Amino acid sequence: MLEELEKLQIKALAELDKITGSRELEQWRIRYLGKKSRLNQILHSLSILPLVERRSTGARANTIKKTLEATLKEKEEILGEALLLSSLEGRRLDVTLPGQPISSGRFHPITQTLEEICQVFQNMGFQVVEGPDVEWDYYNFEALNIPQDHPARDMFATLWIDSDRDKKSRLLRTHTSPMQIRVMEQRRPPIRVVVPGRCYRYEATDATHESMFYQVEGLAVDKNITLADLKGTLFDFCRCLFGEERKVRFRCDYFPFVEPGVEVAITCLTCNGAGCRLCGYSGWIEILGAGMVHPDVLKRVDIDPEIYSGFAFGLGVERIPMLRYGIDDIRLFYGNDLRFLRQF
Amino acid sequence: MKVSLKWLKEYVDLKLTPKELAERLTMAGMEVKTIETIGATWNNIVVGQITAINPHPNADRLKLATVDIGKGSPTVVCGAPNISVGQKVPFASVGAQLIDGHTGETILLKPAKIRGIASEGMVCSEKELGISDNHEGIMVLPPEAPLSIPLSEYLGDAILDIDVTPNRPDCLSIIGVAREIAAITGEKVHLPELHYEESETPINSFVSVNIVEPELCSRYCASLVLNLIQDRPSPDWLQQRLKNCGMRPISNIVDVTNYVMLEYGQPLHAFDYHSLKEGNGTPQIIVRRAADDEKITSLDGVARTLNPAILVIADKERPVAIAGIMGGWDTEVTKETNTVLLESANFNQATIRRGSNHLRLQNEASLRFDKGLNPNLAMPALKRATQLLLQMAGGKAARGIVDAYPGKSEPKMIAFSAYEVERLTGLKVGINKITGVLSSLGFVCQEISPSQISVSPPYWRSDIKSAADLVEEVVRIIGYDKVPVTRLGSSLPQQESMLSLGAQRSNLKKKLRNFLVGCGFQETVTYTLVSLEKLQKLSPNLELKIPPLKVANPMTREQEYLRTNLRAGLLSTFHHNQRHEPGGIRLFEIGKVFLPQHPSHPSPDKGGGGEGLLVTPVVATLSETKGKQSQGERELPWEKEMLCAVLSGPRAEMSWRGDTKPIDFFDAKGIIEALMNQLKLKTSFKPNDNDPESSSGLTQEARVNIISENEEVGIVGLLHPKVAKAFELSGEVYLIEIDLEKLLKIVHSQLPAMRYQPIQRFPNVSRDIALVVDEEIPYKKVAKIVQSFPLVTKVTLFDLYRGEQIPKGKKSFALRITYQSPERTLTDEEIDQIQQQMLDKLNLELGATLRSNNQKV
Ligand SMILES: [Zn+2]
Repeated sequence: MLEELEKLQIKALAELDKITGSRELEQWRIRYLGKKSRLNQILHSLSILPLVERRSTGARANTIKKTLEATLKEKEEILGEALLLSSLEGRRLDVTLPGQPISSGRFHPITQTLEEICQVFQNMGFQVVEGPDVEWDYYNFEALNIPQDHPARDMFATLWIDSDRDKKSRLLRTHTSPMQIRVMEQRRPPIRVVVPGRCYRYEATDATHESMFYQVEGLAVDKNITLADLKGTLFDFCRCLFGEERKVRFRCDYFPFVEPGVEVAITCLTCNGAGCRLCGYSGWIEILGAGMVHPDVLKRVDIDPEIYSGFAFGLGVERIPMLRYGIDDIRLFYGNDLRFLRQF
Repeated sequence: MKVSLKWLKEYVDLKLTPKELAERLTMAGMEVKTIETIGATWNNIVVGQITAINPHPNADRLKLATVDIGKGSPTVVCGAPNISVGQKVPFASVGAQLIDGHTGETILLKPAKIRGIASEGMVCSEKELGISDNHEGIMVLPPEAPLSIPLSEYLGDAILDIDVTPNRPDCLSIIGVAREIAAITGEKVHLPELHYEESETPINSFVSVNIVEPELCSRYCASLVLNLIQDRPSPDWLQQRLKNCGMRPISNIVDVTNYVMLEYGQPLHAFDYHSLKEGNGTPQIIVRRAADDEKITSLDGVARTLNPAILVIADKERPVAIAGIMGGWDTEVTKETNTVLLESANFNQATIRRGSNHLRLQNEASLRFDKGLNPNLAMPALKRATQLLLQMAGGKAARGIVDAYPGKSEPKMIAFSAYEVERLTGLKVGINKITGVLSSLGFVCQEISPSQISVSPPYWRSDIKSAADLVEEVVRIIGYDKVPVTRLGSSLPQQESMLSLGAQRSNLKKKLRNFLVGCGFQETVTYTLVSLEKLQKLSPNLELKIPPLKVANPMTREQEYLRTNLRAGLLSTFHHNQRHEPGGIRLFEIGKVFLPQHPSHPSPDKGGGGEGLLVTPVVATLSETKGKQSQGERELPWEKEMLCAVLSGPRAEMSWRGDTKPIDFFDAKGIIEALMNQLKLKTSFKPNDNDPESSSGLTQEARVNIISENEEVGIVGLLHPKVAKAFELSGEVYLIEIDLEKLLKIVHSQLPAMRYQPIQRFPNVSRDIALVVDEEIPYKKVAKIVQSFPLVTKVTLFDLYRGEQIPKGKKSFALRITYQSPERTLTDEEIDQIQQQMLDKLNLELGATLRSNNQKV
């Protein structure tokens, strides 16, 4: 009987190997593993065998059954996979077809730039605050050492709300610097803030001038703040925004509310300092005005200039994407042509 | 300020190239904008002298000129009409680079034969040298021009255009710039020596000065020159210098005053002495305010009406000059003038500034006065002008100078130390070095102690007032590049709480931006200033709900009013883009609007952390600044932030899978529902029926107010066709508008209330029902009843049907209702019971009937 079992296994496995369809597979299962199969009959008739033979035959029959079952399962999986592949054959995907479009917009380039700038300064411990666009003459000029009839008023062509001229006149702020005063009126050192915001000028618009633009003001006040700290802070800023290899130049300049005054320039992004039309053949592009907060400004907000010192800076925002992307007309920003905005 | 390098060299030794000099000046605060080089290309051109002129054998109009150039006497063929023997001329030999007089192109001079005669070079016109456009004849040099020296040495120059900052009027002069250069390079300044012969007659017997307004005129100096030789032009070199610095030569007397103004920075004026009215006795110069409506004809020939804010120089009868701004026509020097009264005075900076603004008259004189000059400058400048006038025009000077000086002040003394420099800049400099730098700039330093000095600024540096000013002087001359670079080491300020209104505001704006961009909206930034017309277009009935704030001096009508909403800018942007955007357009802006008044003007809550600095509350703080400002009735506008979005076109981008349905009201509403969900805010919508259309600008049939926490935070709906037409928009445009201030308050107040819900352990059960109701019944009523039953956790409308299968005038809502209990697994019987009660109630209150009832899914 053992011999019969061995022959059965060889025959069954040989047949299974040749099967290619699921129907044949089912017939095979009934034939070899079904209730009426020879293997089953053998397993049922074991009781009539003598004890010793019963044990060895039974063990062998069970092993063969397990082998056949396992092989069947394997064959089923192989056949299943083949079936799936053959069914896909008919409708193959053209994976080069475009995907389902999901429309998405973009942030305005100025928003993107403002976020970047503020992020750099936030990493250095500066807090972002905002202030009003419509200001008193007092904050925009007077408190910043630019009283009535001061020649520096020529530097700020102003759009006025009120037509009289005194410190109670309202105007559209010409810079974000009035927030230096507002912040220092309300906070005591240590102070570290940046102020993004819209500014306005009474100015005919052309490719390089806009009547509305964005600035970011910075202010740090505490004991022992120095021009060296200002240089370090703005060095870091310029490297963060324009890359490690960018050279930064600090030179003397005049703003009535700082002393010493500083102008910060970086090597031209177009010519790398060699000189070109964009940088007026100087190799340098001015990007920031800055300086140490003027002692008279500190006194005005009751901060003792003998004990405290601070630096302030103001940065034109449009300039940055213009330099980076070679945008040659500032009016594109607020013209809001989608063909422009979608590029950023 | 245009500065001739050649002129500068008279006062300071210069070893730097123009480019190096420009760099050093720029770094020290005098930005050199351009360098214009005269004669940079003049190789092989020298000063020659015409020694003989012979006719050309083959041409009547040409001549043969022999030119002595020191090392030879070449002969050239020349056609210039103005050539004559003895002239000094620029002579170019072969190889010189010139400009072709006819074509304007740059050429290299080659050996040539003209009508059979070899020409060994060329006598040049100004145009050929690139000096001017003059090609009428050859350029004739002054007789004193040294023979045979290179022309570039004789006439070449570099003109630096310096951007002088308003604090440095002293550098609106050659001597001022020379002083800067001397300090930067460590050289010495040599000033002109001032002396001239005076006659016996004292000036007092000719003129006296009466300053009626000593506050407005701190000094008035005058000299007198008699018996001038009239109408002689200034020498070439002086004319050339004026031209190089951008001024036009006029006559010897006027040129002298202009020359000294450029040289010293002090404006001067020359009166024709005999035109001054004497009254009884000698003429008197009176410095006074103009009378109301007083008239003067200024020397540009314009009749001007004055007022008491304007200072005038008058004789006993009438004003003869607008002080510091322009002289009068009547007393101008003319060809007949033989006696000149020279004025060198100091006028109040603000008065000149206001006067020239009022008269719209700005010139080199007023530009210097309005920066604030020092009265000490008046005397040396006057002496220099008198000296030059005597040289140029002959005559003799009256003895002495009239000097009325009511505004004399003591020199300032500033205590200073090396510590100040280090404290403000981090740069360590010894006191000796500091003293050296300051002395080179003309400051007088006295040692008080080994570490401290007392510094007195030179008279021309009125801008120096404090130790900080001295720090800048020291550091800018040493060089900002020598200042070390350090990172901020000071203590960090207290960090703003993320729960503060300020942090929440920027957080909210970020979330909204991110959300909308994700929904396909492009962010825009539009102008704050808009036209009244555009604001009016927003209301179909052309009435403005809020009168906008107006700019007093607008640049254009397009930008005259402060926007009271974002719609005008956004719809204009929409209009601008629709021409080239065949697909849909989705735009939004987050920005401020400006309302003339604060609603009820609540007192600003100053306690609110960082918010104290933010837009809204900060507006009113001016009155609180130590009583410094009483603002009267005026207040700053309420600047509140808004969100506005517009959308139109197909729901999805064009695609091969095709959803090409246009956007409708429910797309716009769905965006708001998702947005509010993103902000974790419960939201409801209230049909907006009562608002007149004129104020909402949206059509009454398709608009709803957005409600959260019982606040109307915004509106969404279809743009009114009249508004769309006014902005020339095509297609249906939906508009979303949200009041960020209200939304922020809600978000901020919800923050502490938020609590986590445990995940439900027991399964939920869903049942679908279809209800038939009258057409008039709004969905909201049905949903409200269903939601009022216990254990109902969610109701989803998944179909809306009108048609043959149900009676006319009815509609069918298919709802999926989800039930769940936090305590147990629900049984079918339990749900059946609730659902029956629900149907009863729907039937009773809304007349709803069941259309079909699919059992649980
Ligand atoms: Zn460049």
